[in-house]
Amino acid sequence: MTIDETQREIINQFSLLDGDLEMSVLYLMELGQKLPLMKEEDKVEVNSVKGCQSKVWLTAELNHERLHFTADSNTAITKGLVSLLIRVFNGHLPEEILTNELYFMQKIGMNRFIGTQRSNGFAAMIKQMKIYALAFKAKSEIQA
Amino acid sequence: MEVAASTSHKLDVESVRKQFPILHQKVNGHDLVYFDNAATTQKPQAVIQALVNYYSGFNANIHRGIHTLAEKATKAFEDTRTVAQNFLHAKHKEEIIFVRGVTEGINLVASSYGRIFLKQGDEIIISGLEHHSNIVPWQMVCEEKGCRLRVIPITPSGEFDMDTFEKLLSVKTKIVAVNHASNSLGSINPIKEVIQKAHNLGVIVLIDGAQAAAHIDIDVQQLDCDFYCISGHKMYGPTGVGVLYGKKELLEKMPPYMGGGEMIKNVTFERTTYNELPYKFEAGTPNIADVVAFREAFVFINELGKTKMAAHESALLQYASKELSALKGVQLIGTAAEKVSVQSFIIDGIHPFDVGQMLDARGVAVRTGHHCTQPLMERFGIEGTVRASFAVYNTKEEIDKLVEGVDRILKFLK
Repeated sequence: MTIDETQREIINQFSLLDGDLEMSVLYLMELGQKLPLMKEEDKVEVNSVKGCQSKVWLTAELNHERLHFTADSNTAITKGLVSLLIRVFNGHLPEEILTNELYFMQKIGMNRFIGTQRSNGFAAMIKQMKIYALAFKAKSEIQA
Repeated sequence: MEVAASTSHKLDVESVRKQFPILHQKVNGHDLVYFDNAATTQKPQAVIQALVNYYSGFNANIHRGIHTLAEKATKAFEDTRTVAQNFLHAKHKEEIIFVRGVTEGINLVASSYGRIFLKQGDEIIISGLEHHSNIVPWQMVCEEKGCRLRVIPITPSGEFDMDTFEKLLSVKTKIVAVNHASNSLGSINPIKEVIQKAHNLGVIVLIDGAQAAAHIDIDVQQLDCDFYCISGHKMYGPTGVGVLYGKKELLEKMPPYMGGGEMIKNVTFERTTYNELPYKFEAGTPNIADVVAFREAFVFINELGKTKMAAHESALLQYASKELSALKGVQLIGTAAEKVSVQSFIIDGIHPFDVGQMLDARGVAVRTGHHCTQPLMERFGIEGTVRASFAVYNTKEEIDKLVEGVDRILKFLK
């Protein structure tokens, strides 16, 4: 699935919740619970995303030229949010991650269930993912 | 007849709620349940109307104007001072200094009194229950003067360890600064005893009354405290206004905190003579509108009566504590014998943010986090709590909604 297709899939799934905030929050938490476990030794300061109100850890690796992120958070809702980003970005080329625009957040009305501070945290997560993509892209260009 | 007599002592919560326009709204599709009263209370119509009346009827700068509007504004401003004096049972009107709130009041004392009367090696005692506002100003003055900050430890239920307090008191102690009631846990502290013990050694005492003013009767003469601070917005009044009460003889010895208009008697480029109390501490154009409207908050509390209010709030607190602690996985934080209507709790394995957000989705407003009391959270070995704090307009039915919400998140995440 392309980044665009995954975004549209997320928008469709959230639209089934009919704008019910409580259901959306519960659904987010459920998505977070399904996120593959992160190794405890990876939950360290160097992997923490700066600018998040709650703790978020993020790691990335390149596998057959494609990026794979792993993440965790100490709060269930944030974990749900980061799981959406992972779903959108995982398995894509660094170039795709850098060039595709994210719009699903606005479409699912994310600002309703995260406050201003969390929005900044969410932006910090996206930025961190793009930095990883940029770093891996640069690395592969040097090797090439 | 007996029924009528007993009900007259009970608070008519519905008629109280009618006075608060903000309460009658939907949040996220649910009736708003506002349980963040320890952060700020909502305002009755009388307070809102007083602001409107001031700006639409008699806005003018006070004290020096000779025109009619200035006279009217000055009178209204000074009226609030008298009402505040009566509310706190202060001996003199000039002992009432208008400030922005408790934070400014404490900073004023730490800075003005501290700068003159503290010297290297002196000690200041605070408690482990303090809000950052009653920690940081003292740390700043300690750093500047080479003084030492000592801390009264807190028991597991959230009360002062008074034995240790007595041991901390010494000839080195110059100031004791503690809160009347804790914002995070609700504990009502034995300030009368603290003041007496400190005074036995000639130590002055400042009380942070932010969480007490809307709930507990305050008589500064009976308490014999040296300073007492309150914030308007935590007692149904406007934001940005509060009172620092100080004993006249102490305030007179203290230098002004800020320089500017209003606080001067005479200025030449060579020398300035300071104005008298209370104006010496009220530099610049004050927050006239909010001071004027603050009067209505005092009146609101006086008319209902704190005894009646406290009885209602205490019933809510007991009900909430009982219902919350009955939920498996919920742990109450702060179980002091004497409390204002604040209940903090944590849920095993669930972050307070998630609980707060989930409750918000159901229209229930609570506070989550460290509540500006990080050392206290550390004392309990936790990152933060969920805090529900109740005001006079809250109801048992609203607590049921809080408990339902917590129960739902428990069932979902466990």
